[in-house]
Amino acid sequence: MIKNIFRMCFISMVIVLFAGTVFAAPPIKIGAILSVTGPASFLGEPERNTALMMVDEINKAGGINGRKIELIVYDTQGDATKAVQAVNRLIKSDKVVAIIGDSTTGNSMAVIPVVEKAEVPIISCAAGVKITDPVKKWVFKTAQNDSLAVMKIFEHMKEKKIKKIAIITVSDGFGASGREQLKLKAADFGIEIVLDETYGPKDTDMTAQLTKIRGSSAQAIVCWGTNPGPAVVARNVKQLGIKMPLFMSHGVSSKKFIELAGEGAEGIILPSGRVIVADQLPGNDLQKKALLSYVNNYRKHYKVEGDHFGGHAWDAIMLIKEAIERGGTTPAAIRDQLEKTKNFAGIGGIFNYSEQDHAGLTKDAFVLVQIKKGEWKLIK
Amino acid sequence: MTKEKRQIFVFLIFALALLTIPFLLRESYLLNVLVFIGIHTMLAVALNLLLGYAGQISLGHAAFFGIGAYMSGILTARFALDPWLVIILAAVSAAAIAFIIGFPILKLKGHYLAMATLGFGIIFYIIFNETVGWTGGPSGLSGIPNLQIGGIIFDNDMCNYYLVWIITIAVMLLSINLSQSRIGRALRAVHDSEVAARVMGINAWVLKVQIFTISAFISAIAGSLYAHTMTFISPASFGFNFSVELVTMVVVGGLGSIYGSFLGAAILTVLPEFLRVFEDFDIIIYGLMLILITMFMPGGLISGFQLLAQKVNLKTKGK
Amino acid sequence: MDNLYQYLLSGLSNGAIYALIGFGFAIIHNATGIINFAQGEFVMLGGMLALFFLVFCGFPLSPSIILSILIATVVGIIFERLAIRPLKNAKPIRLIIITIGASIFIRGAAMLIWGKDTHALPAFSGNDPLYIAGATIMPQHLWIFAVTILVIFSSRLFFNHTIIGKAMRACAYNAQAASLVGIDVRIMVMLSFSISAAIGSLAGIIIAPLTMTSYDVGIMLGLKGFCAVIIGGMSSGLGTVMGGLLLGLLEALGAGFISAGYKDAIAFIILLLILFFRPEGLFGKKETERV
Repeated sequence: MIKNIFRMCFISMVIVLFAGTVFAAPPIKIGAILSVTGPASFLGEPERNTALMMVDEINKAGGINGRKIELIVYDTQGDATKAVQAVNRLIKSDKVVAIIGDSTTGNSMAVIPVVEKAEVPIISCAAGVKITDPVKKWVFKTAQNDSLAVMKIFEHMKEKKIKKIAIITVSDGFGASGREQLKLKAADFGIEIVLDETYGPKDTDMTAQLTKIRGSSAQAIVCWGTNPGPAVVARNVKQLGIKMPLFMSHGVSSKKFIELAGEGAEGIILPSGRVIVADQLPGNDLQKKALLSYVNNYRKHYKVEGDHFGGHAWDAIMLIKEAIERGGTTPAAIRDQLEKTKNFAGIGGIFNYSEQDHAGLTKDAFVLVQIKKGEWKLIK
Repeated sequence: MTKEKRQIFVFLIFALALLTIPFLLRESYLLNVLVFIGIHTMLAVALNLLLGYAGQISLGHAAFFGIGAYMSGILTARFALDPWLVIILAAVSAAAIAFIIGFPILKLKGHYLAMATLGFGIIFYIIFNETVGWTGGPSGLSGIPNLQIGGIIFDNDMCNYYLVWIITIAVMLLSINLSQSRIGRALRAVHDSEVAARVMGINAWVLKVQIFTISAFISAIAGSLYAHTMTFISPASFGFNFSVELVTMVVVGGLGSIYGSFLGAAILTVLPEFLRVFEDFDIIIYGLMLILITMFMPGGLISGFQLLAQKVNLKTKGK
Repeated sequence: MDNLYQYLLSGLSNGAIYALIGFGFAIIHNATGIINFAQGEFVMLGGMLALFFLVFCGFPLSPSIILSILIATVVGIIFERLAIRPLKNAKPIRLIIITIGASIFIRGAAMLIWGKDTHALPAFSGNDPLYIAGATIMPQHLWIFAVTILVIFSSRLFFNHTIIGKAMRACAYNAQAASLVGIDVRIMVMLSFSISAAIGSLAGIIIAPLTMTSYDVGIMLGLKGFCAVIIGGMSSGLGTVMGGLLLGLLEALGAGFISAGYKDAIAFIILLLILFFRPEGLFGKKETERV
């Protein structure tokens, strides 16, 4: 009898010990809301792929301070209602300590009231300026502000003595934000917008708008949109025989655009993150190491080129990882550490967050590239 | 129990169950899902009046939802008007638009009506998108205040739950009453055969416009509530896709059934949560569901439940 | 002046696309009274299938086109057989919902099979623009014009001068009477679905080099085709062509002189006005309501 009791005690002790070692370090839960399907899937899909790849890598290397990460991804389909539901679920049911996403500015704005109230840090992967301007305590972002891309283009124009431009922007969140910034910043560079045209995200012919631009006094065209619209614009510009230089946004900085626009892509200039020209960067570039590792890993995992957009998720995951390494795993600690991020060389640029700045990048996050013979060429 | 008494009894249980749910769920995120189910139920009930009772399709109902949401959003966020007043104003405006557009549009039948309402919906979507100065355009409108009465601010799921569901239950009650009134009987006559109804002296056209107007009124209220609970709106929530989703809710739940509308709204709101495992498959599952239910279950899922209930009833009685 | 020519030419070439897509609606509607909301998806299927055979399988152009049309036609027949025929005599509301369901289903299937990317099809005869009176079009536009004209003529021949064509018209006029004189109405309905799937996919193939293609192009193109056919009064002949061209012209002029943002709104406002005031279309004859 006594023997039996001893045995029982021993067994239960073993169980407790064993369980102790297993449960001592439960995984750190990080949430992601991304527009994997729907109209913004060109953003959400590479972002999800990148985030999953990164978490896998971190876990293989032993996790963060010995604890594994668990990434919970919800697809929001570019729909604000679904984004709010997903964030609520992440916070209240999955109890994540930090969130990345959403891919679009609209959805990122939609979930801000929820995370602010629950006090969980979120790193948005969308480009809209108003996500972090004015600064919100719990909201950060990794995608470069549209205004930086606009300034990069205007700087170049000023150098080339271009004074009058026509703009053609897509009527969705991305285009609307670009259009706003283009109009806002033009005067600072002594540039006048003589024509302001738009097109619908599903439009298949822009010759009418471009004909109007052809007849105007503009010296250059700026097109702001994401595939496939800008490819149609590039083709139509060629069809109409327009000789003005054509500028595009970072929204098309993926190989897909060159493929779609075909011969029309030749000579187009656009601001882009460094990721598409990683191998052309000088050796002393601070981001080069991260960029090359990302590009190579992505190609190995998914058999396609890693792009600019996936990079936003790379930065978000790595920023959270570093914050946790420095300060612990509570949402508040992660937030405080995020704000202290200094000189973090990521894919999108070199991040310096502060109390006044939750976007963290300067216009040096962009480089200007030109398409020559179907390849990206860095403009120095 | 008479049939009518039983109906009241069933509705009371239904309403009571809904009002006690929050005590069981507490702070769970399901409460948040239920808030959206409430808003969707309101919309589905509104569309059901038109689709199920009057037999008239609308592929543009998201427009009325959007009118409510944007009027509430713009007038409270930009002009700081009293939100409650704006809700009524928005609902009346949507109803007025429906009334005016209703006369020419409801003259059309079947496929032509479907196409005209679709066009109407898309025109409003374009207006939400293009009038950037008012609506904020594609990047959306933020900073919409939460509703409040006295000291209660409706900024958490629990408060919003009661706000939304009390109004939804009222809307359901109204809709049940409507279906049993003279209008409801006349509507059913129109649904079955418009010519026969006309012979019996029912002015089908005016009747349909009336229902269309009521339906728009309710949809706009749902829109206002949506704007105040989300505090952010963007045009993408009010496009053609959402109109189709609403039709799907009504059809999947059961045409002409109030509980069906609730069931449809609940299923379509919760389904994405379960389909997460399948990721990209959900669009195909929606399509299949719509086809299969229309083909094999014209009464929707609720008719299946009713059949089941009857069988169980028979069995217990047999014993 | 230069601008005006270009607007006109751009408008006409887009209008031809709308007309071609509109044909598919008219053929099914005239045989069955159904408006097939899945029509746009056949346009998408044409483009995506051609791309699949041409680019991924490496087939030459003509076999790719023929194979794509064949497969799309088979899909059309299966759709009719499985979803439309069992619902004989159903109310329009159910038929509308079922074609919407089918369009969602086909779109979803295309997304699963071919992914979410947009693809460009190589042009049939080069990418060098042609100049006409100071305005330019692409060689592909000529293909579109040619195919549209070919489709009108062959459909006219078919409906007016062949037994099957006449039988289909008889069904459209009065299905019951047609079956009394020995026409198999079911076969005629199936035929109308297969012809319209074939024309839809053909349209999808020849426009893909210009407009590019992805799993979700069908919605907007289908709607525009529908506007064209309503303006034209649901005819499967010249009316729809006129409707398409008019729509294309108004869009181009609207985008050129008013605002590009409201271009689609213009199309739908015209649609509503015509439905309200002239439901028989601008070019159609008045028809009395049948009970």
